[in-house]
Amino acid sequence: MAQAEFSQSNSQSDYLQQIRASVARRELISRLFGLLGLLVISIATLILIALVAQLFVQGLPRLNWKFFTSFPSSDFNEAGILSAWVGSLLVMLTTMVIAVPLGVAAGIYLEEYAPKNWLAALIEINVTNLAGVPSIVYGLLALGLFSTVLNLGESILTAGLTLALLILPIVIVTTREALRAIPSSLREAAYALGASRWQMIWDHILPYSSGSILTGIIIGLSRAIGETAPLITIGALTFIAFLPPSPIQSQFPFISFEWLTAPFTVLPIQMFNWISRPQPEFQVNAAAAGVVLILLTLTLNAFAIYLRYRLRKGVKW
Amino acid sequence: MTAQPLKPSGKDLQFTQKKKARELKERVIEFILFLAAFSCVATTVAIMYLLISESVLFFQEVSLVEFLTSKDWSPLFDPPGYGILPLVSGTLTTTAVALSVALPMGLISAIYLSEFAAPSVREVVKPILELLAGIPTVVYGYFALLTVIPALQWLYLPIGPFLSNVLPNIFPTELAGFNMLGAGLVMGLMITPLISSISEDAMRSVPINLKEGSYATGATRLQTALKVVLPAAASGVIAAFILGVSRAVGETMIVAIAAGLQPTFTFNPLESAATITAFIVQVSLGDLPHGTLEYQTIFAAGLVLVFVTLAFNVIGYFLTKRFRETY
Repeated sequence: MAQAEFSQSNSQSDYLQQIRASVARRELISRLFGLLGLLVISIATLILIALVAQLFVQGLPRLNWKFFTSFPSSDFNEAGILSAWVGSLLVMLTTMVIAVPLGVAAGIYLEEYAPKNWLAALIEINVTNLAGVPSIVYGLLALGLFSTVLNLGESILTAGLTLALLILPIVIVTTREALRAIPSSLREAAYALGASRWQMIWDHILPYSSGSILTGIIIGLSRAIGETAPLITIGALTFIAFLPPSPIQSQFPFISFEWLTAPFTVLPIQMFNWISRPQPEFQVNAAAAGVVLILLTLTLNAFAIYLRYRLRKGVKW
Repeated sequence: MTAQPLKPSGKDLQFTQKKKARELKERVIEFILFLAAFSCVATTVAIMYLLISESVLFFQEVSLVEFLTSKDWSPLFDPPGYGILPLVSGTLTTTAVALSVALPMGLISAIYLSEFAAPSVREVVKPILELLAGIPTVVYGYFALLTVIPALQWLYLPIGPFLSNVLPNIFPTELAGFNMLGAGLVMGLMITPLISSISEDAMRSVPINLKEGSYATGATRLQTALKVVLPAAASGVIAAFILGVSRAVGETMIVAIAAGLQPTFTFNPLESAATITAFIVQVSLGDLPHGTLEYQTIFAAGLVLVFVTLAFNVIGYFLTKRFRETY
């Protein structure tokens, strides 16, 4: 009897030990995986940061005032990015003027107006699909439609239209998310005061969601500023030693839109051109242009992330 | 007691007129907004129309059979060859290299960030990853050509002669200055944050009571992550993978800069070969008269590119549907 009890307690403690061992083993595996995860993230991040750092080391010495105020040249010491950054600026301006109203309007329609029918569903599927279309395909669209059929040529307007279409899905999706985050009680309150649908949207919903919409616009622009392939496809020149006509004139009417039809180059294309040259000195120029590009996109993205963070901390509905 | 019929006074009339005007304005605004939304459909239609109509012209000159089966792509030479296979093999190889980096790394870091990392770590790591993912691809091309490939060449130098002795068909004695391995690796690094970020969002949206149930049965973090969270988030994770694949297939600048521009039918990442996108860039850099066969080739290549991405997206659509869980 006593012996049986003994063996039972013995087997029980055996069992307990087994369980403990199993827990310890599984915990160990889990911990090891945690370490692996940390390692993978650190490696990925560190490699990327090292690559960026290497680019800065190469490019920073080349960054001086002259680099920003000189045209490209076959002499690497004389070459600069004047026409490239002016081109980027003007193309971005055009992109924004087209993409923001179009994207925000489309977002408002899909979120606030669209009835539940096949047409709305078709538009929604299209927005999702367009976000997945490779950017170079937009370049083909621009080449075949804007520059050939619409006869806009290799101009800043063509580039702006192309990039605007490219970032349109981003603007639409963020606009919709921003609108969706506004509680419906606000809409009902506006209706209760006799506001029409558009008055409700324009006077109440849009002002509240403008911060989040702005975040989306900035992210879209930072994408557009680094986009190279579609602009190469439409035939943007890689060597431009003149500036487009100035938008501000000294004579009446003071504003000119002639620059819209001017040929152009942009920063990423200039960088691509320098990378493809065999001389290592030009690769230093490429690194310097890369530093400018990285700083531009990082600033834009960091601003967007900061904005999102601020907004999340701000209003609680 | 009889109700007086209401006579519309001047004020009432004004009111109805105002109301009508307001309604008209509302209608017009709604129509304008609809047009804006419809521009997306118009874009898709325009893209497909252009690609198909130019390709139809292309296939009047070139036989479809040659296009799909020939392994010679040299449209700019004499005699020209119009087999798309070399470009497709280049695209698939760089994509495979990129995904073999990005899928495991992205998935592991997503699991780590969503299930293991302290919130403070996540708050720091996520924005950094997002920032790195926002770097222009032409800069990644610079990394690939001028930093990663030289580093790979240096690493390959001591083992190259030995490997090429054993398997001379696969391993060259020295690594070329342009190769698909370097381009693919950098592309993988670029896509990793994207896959990680979307997968993590999917995993974090798994209801907390599922995880708590798993922990209550004595599962560890890893067991919970692999056996509860991952299956529950499978459709989101697959969507992230598919997005990564589409990005890799359509990626242009990295491969145009670093993978080489010589169309070669090969699946060996150590060689240099052109992709579909790189070919389009290469042709566009030259002068491109409208209506020539040269001009039409890039539209035919673009059509193939769209079909390849579409194929992956359709697969993804059915996979996500198959694995969708609702709570």
